[in-house]
Amino acid sequence: MDLDPEDVFKDEEDDPDNEFFQQSESSKEYVVYLVDASPKMFNTTCPGKDQKDEIHFHVSISCIAESLKTQIICRSYDEVAICFFNTREKKNLQDLNGVFVFNVAEREQLDRPTARLIKEFDCIEESFMREIGSQYGIVPGSRENSLYNALWVAQALLRKGSIKTADKRILLFTNEDDPFGSLQGAAKADMTRTTLQRAKDIQDLGISIELLPLIRLDEEFNVSVLYSDLIGLDSEDLAQFIPSAGQKLEDMKDQLRKRMFTKRIIRRITFHIVKGLSIQLNTYALIRPTVPGAITWLDSVTNRPLKIERSLICEDTGSLIQEPPKRFQPYRNENVKFSMDEISEIKRISTGHLRLLGFKPLCCLKDYHNLRPSTFVYPSDQEVVGSSCIFIALHRSMLRLKRFAVAFYGGSSRPQLVALVARDEITTAGGQMEPPGMHMIYLPYSDDIRDAEEIFPDTEDDAPRADKDQIQKAAALIKRIEMKDFSVFQFANPALQRHYAVLQALALEEDDIPETIDETVPDEEGLARPAVVKAIEEFKLSVYGDNYDEENDHLGKEKVGGASRKRKEIAENAAKDYDWADLADNGQILLETLG
Amino acid sequence: MARNKEKLVLLLDVGPSMHGVLPEVEKVCSMLVEKKLIFNKDDEVGVVVFGTEETNNELMDEVGGYENIVVLQDIKVVDGDLIDILKKLPRGTVDGDFLDAIVVGMDMLIKKYKGIYKGKKRLCLITNAIHPTKDSLEGSKEDQVGTLAVQMTAQGMKMESIVVRGILSQDANKRIMDENDRLLSIFSKKTRSRTVYVDSPISLLGALKTRRVTPVTVFRGHLELSQQMKIKVWVYKKTQEEKFPTLKKYSEKAPSTSKFATHQVMVDYEYKSVDDSSTVVPPEQRIKGYRYGPQVVPISDAERDAVKFKPEKGVKLLGFTDASNIIRHYYMKDVYLFIAEPGNTRAILAVSAIARAMKEMNKVAILRCVWRQGQQNVVVGVLTPNISQNNKIPDSFYFNVLPFIEDVREYQFPSFNSFPASWLPNEQQQMAADEFVQMLNLAPSGKEEALLPEFTPNPVLERFYHHLELKSKQPDAAVPPLDETLKRITEPDLELDFENKSVLDSLCKHFELKENSKLKKSARRLLPEKPSGSNGEDGNGNVSDARAVDSIGQEPVVKIEKIGDLTPVQDFEVMMTRRDNPEWVGKAIREMRDKILSLLTNSHGGDNYLVAVECIIALRKGCILEQEPGPYNNLMRYLYRYCQEKEISTFPKLLASMDVTLISKSEAVDSNFTDDEARRFLDKIKPEPKD
Repeated sequence: MDLDPEDVFKDEEDDPDNEFFQQSESSKEYVVYLVDASPKMFNTTCPGKDQKDEIHFHVSISCIAESLKTQIICRSYDEVAICFFNTREKKNLQDLNGVFVFNVAEREQLDRPTARLIKEFDCIEESFMREIGSQYGIVPGSRENSLYNALWVAQALLRKGSIKTADKRILLFTNEDDPFGSLQGAAKADMTRTTLQRAKDIQDLGISIELLPLIRLDEEFNVSVLYSDLIGLDSEDLAQFIPSAGQKLEDMKDQLRKRMFTKRIIRRITFHIVKGLSIQLNTYALIRPTVPGAITWLDSVTNRPLKIERSLICEDTGSLIQEPPKRFQPYRNENVKFSMDEISEIKRISTGHLRLLGFKPLCCLKDYHNLRPSTFVYPSDQEVVGSSCIFIALHRSMLRLKRFAVAFYGGSSRPQLVALVARDEITTAGGQMEPPGMHMIYLPYSDDIRDAEEIFPDTEDDAPRADKDQIQKAAALIKRIEMKDFSVFQFANPALQRHYAVLQALALEEDDIPETIDETVPDEEGLARPAVVKAIEEFKLSVYGDNYDEENDHLGKEKVGGASRKRKEIAENAAKDYDWADLADNGQILLETLG
Repeated sequence: MARNKEKLVLLLDVGPSMHGVLPEVEKVCSMLVEKKLIFNKDDEVGVVVFGTEETNNELMDEVGGYENIVVLQDIKVVDGDLIDILKKLPRGTVDGDFLDAIVVGMDMLIKKYKGIYKGKKRLCLITNAIHPTKDSLEGSKEDQVGTLAVQMTAQGMKMESIVVRGILSQDANKRIMDENDRLLSIFSKKTRSRTVYVDSPISLLGALKTRRVTPVTVFRGHLELSQQMKIKVWVYKKTQEEKFPTLKKYSEKAPSTSKFATHQVMVDYEYKSVDDSSTVVPPEQRIKGYRYGPQVVPISDAERDAVKFKPEKGVKLLGFTDASNIIRHYYMKDVYLFIAEPGNTRAILAVSAIARAMKEMNKVAILRCVWRQGQQNVVVGVLTPNISQNNKIPDSFYFNVLPFIEDVREYQFPSFNSFPASWLPNEQQQMAADEFVQMLNLAPSGKEEALLPEFTPNPVLERFYHHLELKSKQPDAAVPPLDETLKRITEPDLELDFENKSVLDSLCKHFELKENSKLKKSARRLLPEKPSGSNGEDGNGNVSDARAVDSIGQEPVVKIEKIGDLTPVQDFEVMMTRRDNPEWVGKAIREMRDKILSLLTNSHGGDNYLVAVECIIALRKGCILEQEPGPYNNLMRYLYRYCQEKEISTFPKLLASMDVTLISKSEAVDSNFTDDEARRFLDKIKPEPKD
């Protein structure tokens, strides 16, 4: 059976060809993670989960590890290198002291992340002191400058590829705001000067340097000592940049992780506000379903990839059709033919821009006015100076007056009405939680909305409504089963996690598949607390009286027919009996790294 | 699937007060049949019009009465003729009685299907319900309607009433309207009927669901609050995109004359080795590989099945949380509807109690759902209460899918407050924006909300079915232009813009946009698309543009850039003849239209009317010359309504006396009006003596 493997991860109506769900791979990203490994990184801690302190070095490593795991799923064409400085050992092409480039077999220093890289990096902390070692690289009386060396090595790693096709970035993790603090006089000035010059040269090549500072509870990270000059912050950025001291570790981690992603614009669009007033907006996909990557068919004998050739055959004559065929729709007893040009002409009903039609109170946007994930829009003055100013003015008015904008978005795939909902920025100690801007929500047309709730009342009687007591009991229940700090970022997708755990295990030829946890199951323990049980019982009694069991039985039982029970058993047994090592030995699992 | 067929009778009011919207009624009804011809070929449809001069129906023959009602088409399986009938509805001459029409329609359904057919039977009434219904012989009208309602339910019929009101219907006697509304509401209360009120042509096109979709449950089973309490629910889709039809590929290999040719195309896939494209790899030798970074990991289906994620079917409550914790833009998908198991009173009560408590407390529920056994993923989503406004319909919930961690990209954006002061709006600018947002209101209180999704048709699909119908008659028919009514979905509403002209102008005045001069030329995209400003102040950029073009055009005529106040007709004519840029014609027409409207609204005691009529005549001539009837005809229809609303009678009189008609088909092929209709517009526009 040639089922599309992605089928299992989507519901029927998702269209995999829809450009909407696809991520562009047109621009690659090359990243060098530059991690300070000085003793200070190992001595300094910040309070983490469960009041346990975590050392800065560990925080950096786990952030990178996490980002690598996301990257191999979402953006596996991006290339990375991991480089430590202030190390005892050295390993780099330039043979510079105090710099160690971490790598694994079958991989260039700057390359796509592999399963092995992820796995070995995950346990680097165990062997770090033994094999790489931590040691201050800038000490009085020595001409060594490990920061300078590190930048040089990073620059050399990023020599690959053109700046036109790739974003190049250096992400610098450190907790030392004054790396030359131990030096005096001319030596200090000299080193500062050469290091800044090196950084400037790097930036002139189009490579950006980003600082990810780690901070202690009692101490501020003073960016203006050196790094503001090094990474080229101006005063406005500066105020925004400095994270407050005393941040919680989770916040810091969160913030670091966010900064590691670069924004990708999906589209630049023109927004017609009124006649003669059109501004420029960039659109971003902040929320999109992540699905496992496309499958590649392999020849099971050679493990070489297969190419798929599609041919169109005329059913009447059996001959091959070369030219793109016309389409037809049977209608009124005949086949009405359309050329592809005609079809695209039919769909072209607008200019492809976003056109403002008016405003409505927020309450007009109903829960059922939704079709797809929203798209974020943010203004840009790049082409039209003044865009941001109008956008911000409208944004503020809309927030204040509690209105959303209705606009027509005339894209080629599905021109449609959209709601633009303004959101104010939300920041916490951990940084930005919600960016300022507008969210474009795709609105349904009349034929997209169904009225299934109206199909059943077949009688003359009114529908039953809950009485006061029942509502009160329900309210008591709601209070008992409350998730106070629920956030939508709470759960990992268990199916996706499982899929990647399996892939990683197979790719690394491991015998065991690591356990994945399904975080989405209900908190049975919490639900079994006496107070909760009592609230549920009271609600049940108020609605069902004593008849709950009999009323609910007939449906539940009849549903599990013989066939489905059998199917379940087979599936359970299959999983139990599977022996991975055995399968691998018998050659049923074919493992090979493809280029 | 005989039970799945629908028997439908359309009851269409064609009386004089409906003439203005009959083009829309024709469009929406023929679309309904066009879609049935594709998706529900076995459905049967009958057509009844009322408000006609003539009378032709069985009830009149049998019992007398029921005058001015014509059965245009007996109930029959849908076919092309039906579309032709619906596209040319007769224009009636008397005010119709919708109750009589309902009786005639019911009678048709009963006679045809009594006892034999138990499937879907439906009446669809389109009227403005502003004329009195006849008194019944015995009992009150309410009693009569009550009897009809009982009969309707007994016969298993549904009724859908679309009542056209507001600017679409003349000011009518309020007492009669209220009575009619009351009568219609009896149907809604006592039968499976629904009544919707529309007051714009767009919502008339959107109000009638033209595609009949049989709802299918996504899930039937328990909503588990906990192990101890489960509520039986059914889950449906509340919204689902109606897609552009998937057209089959057509093969032209077989001769088109061949009777037996299917013209179908088979798509064949061959899997070949990358290294050796001569060998085809058989299915059993193929294995799926999954990418993990640069690696491709082969996994057979058996292996995958053994280790994949296999959750149990079920819908479980994770907990409740504040509605404010779920921001609207996190909704990932189209919407689901949770209803209690139909007929299960306890379940309906349980859903009702929770929904109402959630609403009161402003809470939502978080659920984990596995819709089917064997599904390999779970969804976590948000359940929100839907408190029913209709006594007959139980309370229910809406549900939408929320993102997992992997689905969220946490990009950071600069805070607006961090922008340089020059990028931020000053006080005046903010005031102009506030006023703009306030005034350009699509949902003013007391009026129908414009562009309500429920009533907004999909313009692309409308265009496709229109083109399909054209092509079935003439295979090489060109793609028709977008329907003028539907353009209002894609473009700002001129009336609204016009009403708020000062606000719009003030916005333009307060904000200045500049092309970024530092950008390379190739990167500029906005310049040519910048719409031309019609009223001077904001059009500076365009003027210089136009001059540049002129110097190449080398035409010695005086360059008229805009229509001035002194000689609007001449300015218009000069602009229309400019050939140095094809945009001039559009600009001239637009400016002329704006000029006419401003003449009319700024007229004191009719002092501008004569100039306005001159302008209209010039515009008419120009539009015929350019074969662009749309802008002119729309303007005229708008003026007609405008005058009606403002009770201006002198201007229409003036127009009538000058014989200014709509542009008809014979004058410009794209017009929707026959000569007769174009002329009748004049009759309509002449103010009728009010009684």
